[in-house]
Amino acid sequence: MHPAYSIIFFTTASGAGYGLLALLCLFGALGLLPAERWLGLVGFGLAFALVTAGLLSSTFHLGHPERAWRAVTQWRSSWLSREGVMAILTYGPTGLFALAWVIAGTTGGIWALLGLLGALAAAVTVYCTAMIYASLPTIRSWHDAWVAPGYLALALAGGALLLAFLTALFGGAPALLLWLALAALVLAAIVKQGYWRSIDSAPKPLTTADATGLAAFGKVRQLDPPHSQANFVMREMGYAVARKHALKLRRIALAAGFLIPAALVLLALASGGFLAGVALFLAVLSSALGLIVERWLFFAEAQHVVTLYYGAEAA
Amino acid sequence: MTSLPPPSAKKLGLVIDLDICVGCQACAVSCKEWNTSGYSAPLTDREPYGADAHGVWLNRIHAYEVDDGDTGMTVNFPRSCLHCEEPACVTVCPTGASYKRAEDGIVLVNPDTCIGCKLCSWACPYGAREYDDDHGVMKKCTLCVDRIYNETFEEADRQPACVRACPTGARHFGDLGDPESAVSQLVQEREGVDLLPQLGYRPVNKYLPPRPRRREPAEAGAALEPVAPPPQESGVAEDRLFRWVDRLLTR
Repeated sequence: MHPAYSIIFFTTASGAGYGLLALLCLFGALGLLPAERWLGLVGFGLAFALVTAGLLSSTFHLGHPERAWRAVTQWRSSWLSREGVMAILTYGPTGLFALAWVIAGTTGGIWALLGLLGALAAAVTVYCTAMIYASLPTIRSWHDAWVAPGYLALALAGGALLLAFLTALFGGAPALLLWLALAALVLAAIVKQGYWRSIDSAPKPLTTADATGLAAFGKVRQLDPPHSQANFVMREMGYAVARKHALKLRRIALAAGFLIPAALVLLALASGGFLAGVALFLAVLSSALGLIVERWLFFAEAQHVVTLYYGAEAA
Repeated sequence: MTSLPPPSAKKLGLVIDLDICVGCQACAVSCKEWNTSGYSAPLTDREPYGADAHGVWLNRIHAYEVDDGDTGMTVNFPRSCLHCEEPACVTVCPTGASYKRAEDGIVLVNPDTCIGCKLCSWACPYGAREYDDDHGVMKKCTLCVDRIYNETFEEADRQPACVRACPTGARHFGDLGDPESAVSQLVQEREGVDLLPQLGYRPVNKYLPPRPRRREPAEAGAALEPVAPPPQESGVAEDRLFRWVDRLLTR
């Protein structure tokens, strides 16, 4: 599948943004973080900026961005529509909770309920994003049970890392949060490994003979494509990264996305103070790079069934 | 509404005979010609006279080689929307632009509400949907919905352009929901197949497999004989030189 940069930016930025939003709401509602004005302002500001920039960037790849509002209408059948609806709904409780935190300086009572609701809505939005991919039977490596857990785990890890960094800026990260970030990074690395193992070992049962209905006659291979130049289907669905490069990129994603940030979080736990802030800042940068590589691979490694019509032997 | 309507009794579609398709591209050209000024107008082309000419086609003709363990077989393979009964391209659409008609099962895109997100093209296993870069919307086979019900046309012309254009009669149009229809009978008689039935999209269009090839030479009975005697070696110097060069080059 062709990796569109707007979609890569959207899913990584909004994933981390929703992770941060959910954890701010959760920790605030449970009283694990003080309703300190500047932390609230910067934290929610960053979370809403990431989420909103991601959503806006996702409209850049549309043929008609001015019609994007129509995308909230078909939530009964479409995961993309559900994602749009949830993205908008999430602004409600999280926005109110953020206002209570920043303006009224309170996150208890009825506000806590809103916070919990907001955290849940953010998680559901990320789940909807994942299901856009996981619901497509045409792309084997997306139609995989590890995809939704992967999106959720990566959002949690990104959000926990960002929140740890922000709290370090505003008077020191609570140890609980650092341990959560560490656990989320390890969990995300395990889920991602599980995903790669799953797509590597999944059989490719379909052949060009199945695609052409000629299986009864023998092995089928492409003789002539329909036209001399590549068409939309080949450009959009025929993109593939070489296996050798994919393995190298997986190692980069794993190291930059999870292992280096996890080591830096450990360093922050051990050192505290100014050094912890620096370590967490570097961890955020490294994880952003790793996430982008991971998301690029998610597309570039995905083979679409339609490639069977265009020369692929199995899918 | 992109939720699917209840299954219609009428299931309009195509039956494509892979036995007699000669790959002449007449159906593809006719499709392009009709639809570039019809429902999906325009079917734009990019760099039509340049090195990388490409554009939107709703019907594309592939050629495949089948290794049947004998002499092999070339199969020309027209591919367009199969107007599936379980079209995931419709249900994934976030705007309702993509829909399956309740009355006859035709799958269409409303070009006035499509946002061009391309998700439907990801959901289609058959590569039937093509994005129009110029128009910013998705295009697909309409089964010539603007011909088949067009009462200003002669009865014989109320057929998809591809069917009307086929010089060998390899394309048939009709109601595959009616077991008594000519197309249904043809599918039954020739054991027509679904493409990629494993994926569960339940295509309406059917493909008729090639008939078994004749193995023996036609009635003549005897093996063919060479019409000219094999060339004699002259033994002159040039011939020896050419043979030597030939051996050198083939080494």
